[in-house]
Amino acid sequence: MLLSLDKVTTYYGQMRILEGISLQVGEGELVCLLGGNASGKSTTLKTVLGVVTPRSGRVLLDDKDVTGWPVPQRIARGIAIVPENRRLFGQMTVRENLEMGAVLRHREKLDDDFDRVHALFPRLLERRNQLAGTLSGGEQQMVAMGRALMSRPRLLLMDEPSMGLSPALVQQNFQIISEVHQSGVAVLVVEQNAAMALSIADRGYVLSTGEIVLTGSAAELLRSEDLKRAYLGR
Amino acid sequence: MSFFLQELVNGVTTGALYALIALGFSMVYGVLKLLNFAHGDLYMVGGYIGFFIIRWFGGAAKLFIPVPLLVTIMFVAAAVVVGGLGVAMERFAYRPLRNAPRIAPLITAIGISFFLENAALLLFGAQYRVYNTPDFISYSSGIQIGSVSIDSVQIMVLVMGLFIMIGLQQLINRTKLGKQMRAVAADREAAEMFGINVNFTIAAVFFLGSALAGVAGVMAGLLFNTVYNTIGFLAGLKAFTAAVVGGIGSIPGAMLGGLMIGIAESFITGYISSIYVDLIVFGILIVVMLVRPTGLLGRAQLQKV
Ligand SMILES: Nc1ncnc2c1ncn2[C@@H]1O[C@H](COP(=O)(O)OP(=O)(O)OP(=O)(O)O)[C@@H](O)[C@H]1O
Ligand SMILES: [Mg+2]
Repeated sequence: MLLSLDKVTTYYGQMRILEGISLQVGEGELVCLLGGNASGKSTTLKTVLGVVTPRSGRVLLDDKDVTGWPVPQRIARGIAIVPENRRLFGQMTVRENLEMGAVLRHREKLDDDFDRVHALFPRLLERRNQLAGTLSGGEQQMVAMGRALMSRPRLLLMDEPSMGLSPALVQQNFQIISEVHQSGVAVLVVEQNAAMALSIADRGYVLSTGEIVLTGSAAELLRSEDLKRAYLGR
Repeated sequence: MSFFLQELVNGVTTGALYALIALGFSMVYGVLKLLNFAHGDLYMVGGYIGFFIIRWFGGAAKLFIPVPLLVTIMFVAAAVVVGGLGVAMERFAYRPLRNAPRIAPLITAIGISFFLENAALLLFGAQYRVYNTPDFISYSSGIQIGSVSIDSVQIMVLVMGLFIMIGLQQLINRTKLGKQMRAVAADREAAEMFGINVNFTIAAVFFLGSALAGVAGVMAGLLFNTVYNTIGFLAGLKAFTAAVVGGIGSIPGAMLGGLMIGIAESFITGYISSIYVDLIVFGILIVVMLVRPTGLLGRAQLQKV
């Protein structure tokens, strides 16, 4: 299994945010993580990336226990993130933002990485010297995605990639996620827009106040009455 | 006119000094949002290092190594030792407080300032330490343009200041380390999410910024001749003023602010009276803050969701 969380419990100070979460993402799979506000979706992704460390439970990458590993080592093993709100470096150029996605890559490989990302987003090549903070919302999303792809991940974490985008751009965004997925990258995507996410996902998990309350194939979840209930809260 | 030009040259020289101190102050603010009030004291330590190196090599009048070598050793030693001191300060005093309320590291900074001033008193004594620069670098060894004279220490300060500032600007804008510094300054958590070693990057900022203060301390010793344990206090305040006037967190802003303060001081001394220097300099700070709170080259934090 590419990624598994095994009974992960994560705290912020005294507050327990995740309560024994277990989930898996297989090689090349597209899995979505659904859930209402403050249910712990972002915390789950941060736990996978290593920005926060669980108090108990294990994080496994390729069946190897990486629970205590720092972020750079996890990136080196193939994880990358498109963070919530994108978190671009607004006063840096598009090219510099992309470079920040590849700080751990060898210099010689950098040109290949740029070529790959520019092939996916030709617009970023045109705009390479523009400050990221002055781009349109859609362009900023491309930078966020491109920055994550610079490190050639095998598992891409995406935290609400369609937030703040117009409906047309949301469509386009999911199109791109699909493309990335079809190129062989596994994706774990957090979304508020359940229907849209499930339409491209293989499987899904539903999180509610730090616990997984529902899981199944995308088709099952789309039909599920429980999903609607989970969204309405308990 | 020649008086004006002479004052300008003197002002730019002092300004370069302030700019070097302000740069480190501003860089640290950039990554930690911390006003490091102990920064001026690093400059004081640099000044002492220069003094003791002159003494170790025989003293100003009886040097047993060539002057260019001596001066090189002074600058390198001050940069390395003070840079290391800055790194230690960050590691042991500020890093444990990284997630504490902002007032905690601020008060710590004031505490470190007192600590350094008193440690210097204990270690180096209360007496004024004198470089006796003219004994090994003759004041008449500079250049004369019309009636304006620039002595060789001034030339050295100006040339070094220029190269350091250009070098720093290149480092911040072009190198991988510099870009990582900007990324950490802009959004620490995001930087961490892409594998940037945040602790190392912050330590590197402290090393660079402190090394610049150390270098400025040696320059001040050579220019003004005297070092004592509290010279960092006023210099730190001036650097703070320069950084804020230029736009705190901005590298070109710190340079501009430093030069402006230096030139202003020189003209006030020359045309009005040295009594009013501090009054007017800090008055400039207040006026700039009222008219342009972000400083001359600072920008309002641009927040996009
Ligand atoms: N750094 C932090 N320190 C303390 N509490 C935090 C921190 N980050 C998140 N929390 C809290 O943890 C809970 C879960 O947050 P999380 O960001 O994981 O939720 P989410 O499911 O991503 O929500 P949203 O849909 O609003 O993005 C929230 O109650 C939040 O306030
Ligand atoms: Mg979230």
